[in-house]
Amino acid sequence: MFPTPIAKRSRSWQLTYQSLLPVALIVWLLPLIAVAVFSIRPDSDFTNGNYWGMPSSFNFFENYGKVFFESDMPRYLLNSVFITIPTVLGTIALSAMTGFALGIYRFRGNLLIFFMFIAGNFVPFQILMVPVRDLTVNMNLYDTKTGLILFHIAFQTGFCTLFMRNFIRALPFPLIEAARVEGVREWQIFPYVVLPLMKPALAALAVLIFTFIWNDYFWAVVLTQGPDAQPVTAGITAFNSQYRAAYHLMSAGSIVAALPPVLMFFLMQKHFIAGLTLGAVK
Amino acid sequence: MSAPAPSNRSWYKRNEIAVTPWLFLIPGIAFFALYVIMPIFQSFWISFHEWDGLGEKTYVGTAHYERLFGIGDQNMDRKFETSFWNNLKWLVLYLLAIPMGLFIALFLNQTVRGIRIYKSLFFFPFVISQVVVGLVFSWFYLPREGLLNAVLGFFNLGSINILGDPTLATYGIIAAGLWPQTAYCMILYLTGLNAVDPEQVEAARLDGAKGWKMLWYVILPQLKPATFIAFVVTIIGALRSFDLISIMTNGGPFGSTRVLSFYMFEESLSEFGFRMGYGSAIATVLFFIMLGFIVYFLYSMWRDEKEAR
Repeated sequence: MFPTPIAKRSRSWQLTYQSLLPVALIVWLLPLIAVAVFSIRPDSDFTNGNYWGMPSSFNFFENYGKVFFESDMPRYLLNSVFITIPTVLGTIALSAMTGFALGIYRFRGNLLIFFMFIAGNFVPFQILMVPVRDLTVNMNLYDTKTGLILFHIAFQTGFCTLFMRNFIRALPFPLIEAARVEGVREWQIFPYVVLPLMKPALAALAVLIFTFIWNDYFWAVVLTQGPDAQPVTAGITAFNSQYRAAYHLMSAGSIVAALPPVLMFFLMQKHFIAGLTLGAVK
Repeated sequence: MSAPAPSNRSWYKRNEIAVTPWLFLIPGIAFFALYVIMPIFQSFWISFHEWDGLGEKTYVGTAHYERLFGIGDQNMDRKFETSFWNNLKWLVLYLLAIPMGLFIALFLNQTVRGIRIYKSLFFFPFVISQVVVGLVFSWFYLPREGLLNAVLGFFNLGSINILGDPTLATYGIIAAGLWPQTAYCMILYLTGLNAVDPEQVEAARLDGAKGWKMLWYVILPQLKPATFIAFVVTIIGALRSFDLISIMTNGGPFGSTRVLSFYMFEESLSEFGFRMGYGSAIATVLFFIMLGFIVYFLYSMWRDEKEAR
């Protein structure tokens, strides 16, 4: 193990390390802690200039209550849910199939198609912006959740194909040959042989795509514009102009907007990290 | 299966292995081609036209590119110039996320009580949307209410208004971007460190390697795959920077924080009219900058792929 395990060091080293950990963490998360503290302060603290002293009262329920009951936030949150979930399902379905085709079969153009997916995944969004917006407008899907979902599915399929294909490549190939010998039809290999083995990959991609899509901002402002379809990342700017300079409410709103992927991460940590660090170990 | 025509079925049976992959590929390829591959070429095409996004396109040849680069009797577009240099700053400074991530990973690669929670909490900034990171940092930097100036004031270091100062604003935004990016690199390295061969480390230790030497000659070579991915995601992240700029400064003060991706958006969808043609020309330039990196990434992956065969 590197660096040398702390257990093998002197007692004073161990104590230093143990006390350094929480300090480092607090410094690292300082901007976030500041926002969390802002979000429970009462309005009067800001008018009195008491930004960093003790909060004069604990206003957690008042502030978060305002976010949930006196603003458009719940609508935006719901939009985010209705954009994110179908995208996750659609992307996983499409990329499980492409990954299967590219991972199992050898045919002319296999690597070329694979690299097309990877390359497409790396391009800057701006090169797609004008045509995709135009396409969405022409399909009468501008400012709808569907328009946003369709684009997200298509784009995320690039990254997910990379992931799925590499995962399927690592499966034991004799399994597929055995299925063929047993007389399983070629297309049935996917649902009956490969898919059951792919659960870890499906879970990892589901949490990753959930986070990516929930946190998307660029496409939300390009393809939607009002509280009918906009997800919470774009909605938060409208929320902030409604409560201009009311830092306690803006802070509470941001925390609410950021929370779902955070929960997802803590619940599915293992899968999340497995997805992110794909390829980091050979 | 309801029996299809016998000849039909036998044709599928005969060509099963050749046909099946395409059946599974077609939906994915169709979607991807429609939304990702074709738009790239459409953008090239639009960049040679004047277009407001609604009416007819007028062909203008390379006029947009001449204006961007100041070819002929005009000056280089100043906004483009600023954006380009800012992109370069982003690229170089964003790479700091890699050594910083490695440093934190080395710091956290221990087995003490509660270390798993520490690791997750250090990773935390990456999970939050860039919009919220941008808001959090713009409040952190606020001259009056911000925590940064409160801390500086505590040590009697005066106060600064980072996002209001054209010379500092871009660096302030990059610092905000480095926060989640470092967390990402950290998690890559933590995973990599986990897989470092303990026997090699022990052997090197017996040979008297330690500290920096050990890190440089024994550990880092084994972390090469993690470094490669960290490099890829950091370069892409740097060139994609848009959310933070849009949230924190909206390109200001005095346009000093624009980057190509933001300038392109501004030209194409601003309240001053939709200049889609000019915007597409900017996007094309950005695309070709990125293409250099993409070709390098793909080449590296292709090399690995060949070795694996």
